Amino acid sequence: MGLIFLDHLAGTPLHPKVKEAMIHHMETVFGNPSSDHQIGQPAAQALEKARGQVAVLINAQPQEIIFNSGGTEGNNHAIKGVAIGMREKGRHIIASNIEHKSVLNSLRTLRLLDYKVTSLDVDHYGLVDPAAVEKAITSDTILISIQLANNEIGTLEPIVDIAKIAQKHKVIMHTDAVAATGIIPVDVKELGVNLLSLAANQFYGPPGTGALYVRKGTPVWPLLDGGVQEGKRRAGTENLISIVGMGAAAEMARLEMPERLPRLKAMKERLAKGLLERIPEIRVNGHPTRCLPHLLSVSVEYVEGESLMLMMDDDDVVVATRSACASGSLRASHVLIGTGLDFATAQGTLVFTLGKDNTDADIDRVLEIMPGVVQNLRNMSPLYKKAH
Amino acid sequence: MAQAYSEIVLDHFKNPRNVGEISDADGIGEVGNPMCGDIMNVFIKVDGDRISDIKFKTFGCGAAIAVSSMITEMAKGKTLDEAMKISNKDVAVALGGLPPNKLHCSNLGADALHSAIKNYYDRKAGKVRILDTGREEHITSREAQACYCPYCEKRVEEESPFCIFCGKEMPHEHDH
Repeated sequence: MGLIFLDHLAGTPLHPKVKEAMIHHMETVFGNPSSDHQIGQPAAQALEKARGQVAVLINAQPQEIIFNSGGTEGNNHAIKGVAIGMREKGRHIIASNIEHKSVLNSLRTLRLLDYKVTSLDVDHYGLVDPAAVEKAITSDTILISIQLANNEIGTLEPIVDIAKIAQKHKVIMHTDAVAATGIIPVDVKELGVNLLSLAANQFYGPPGTGALYVRKGTPVWPLLDGGVQEGKRRAGTENLISIVGMGAAAEMARLEMPERLPRLKAMKERLAKGLLERIPEIRVNGHPTRCLPHLLSVSVEYVEGESLMLMMDDDDVVVATRSACASGSLRASHVLIGTGLDFATAQGTLVFTLGKDNTDADIDRVLEIMPGVVQNLRNMSPLYKKAH
Repeated sequence: MAQAYSEIVLDHFKNPRNVGEISDADGIGEVGNPMCGDIMNVFIKVDGDRISDIKFKTFGCGAAIAVSSMITEMAKGKTLDEAMKISNKDVAVALGGLPPNKLHCSNLGADALHSAIKNYYDRKAGKVRILDTGREEHITSREAQACYCPYCEKRVEEESPFCIFCGKEMPHEHDH
């Protein structure tokens, strides 16, 4: 049996159609979209085609899409861009304790510049309480930034409700939708948000490419200063080959989503049920129903996640211990601690993210090898003996 | 961030030596806590002044398990004095090096071994330490995690790359 890849949140392989579109572009177009001559124009057309494809995926207008280098840039741009753009109105921002590091550390930077940040607690499922958001709003509040789906436990936040509150108080609403966009239907009008971040490598597009949706009229100052590219919101010559790939990936995600979704849901259910049946003292993190269809986070008592991941890797099952961005730091995940998990249990966490090319046979293989790996590590663990 | 473990580390992680407990151990050492991510127990059997048998149990990452396995190999058959001289650095070197953010795992191995040897001496001197009650749990709340610059003592943001007040690079708890 070959390698089984179950870490799609870290990045997806390119869809064959995406690869095809990128290669075609590389072979036929090299111009700069900003040039008005006959070499530049095909590039400008390719750029606008991709913008349209991404806009349709999230039900936005093409001019509301700003291409960038991915989710981290989108989150930085939304937060710092609004902080600068709205600095005469106020200096208070609301977020949650379990946001992605690119949100949390953008807020860290703003605190240095005397912005005030309220970071809200979440419940055991990782849910933000809309009432708590409303309570935190002051006359100084300019922005609320809450993720659409958590990238470690998969919980879907009540963005529709929170966006209504934001609108009522005339506060700008940003959502980090990186983990959700291209996987589940995301509609910016239905959500009611002003800003939304997405990344191509979550839906079979190239890594290092993403977009920020900016609803018309939202005061977002550029993060990168320079020329007039991307509607004067993001200067610098466009990463066009990847943008073309992102456009194709967005189109394929939209077309294939009805077929992908039920398969992902069924495989995730099979995996969760199988693990709970086969491994004692294991828990599933996140909300049981309000969650991403392709992400399963489990915490295994008495063992540590990295050793679990490495042992599985040795058996050719590739999973993550938590989000790849956080894996360089040895602290227990801020998301899991935020949901009330104790440190020892949080350390024993694996995150499975399924993809369109996974099969039931892949899931069965995980169910076959993981109980043995867990028992092996538990036999080595001083915590296991104590509890038994 | 890729960990890039050496071949020796991977070998000791995948095929750890001397796993288990010694029910009639002459000395037991226990270090670590779940907040750091690693806990290691070392059990030694002493014959004359030599470590005749040694076993370990570890809750921890790949590096922590490899360190545990390596230190038991290094200490087995050594005199107690020789074993006390095994340093964290010796373990890391024997493993062909550890990634920088995992170097602290090597501290765990030597500390656990030395603690088992001390426990042996304590028992011999009639001072029997009961591990389960003598153990200190270092679990702090999130509120207690405020970060201060070690050079100018000003409050800084968590995980800051450098102190914005004095400009010095910030060492972090687990980065060394």
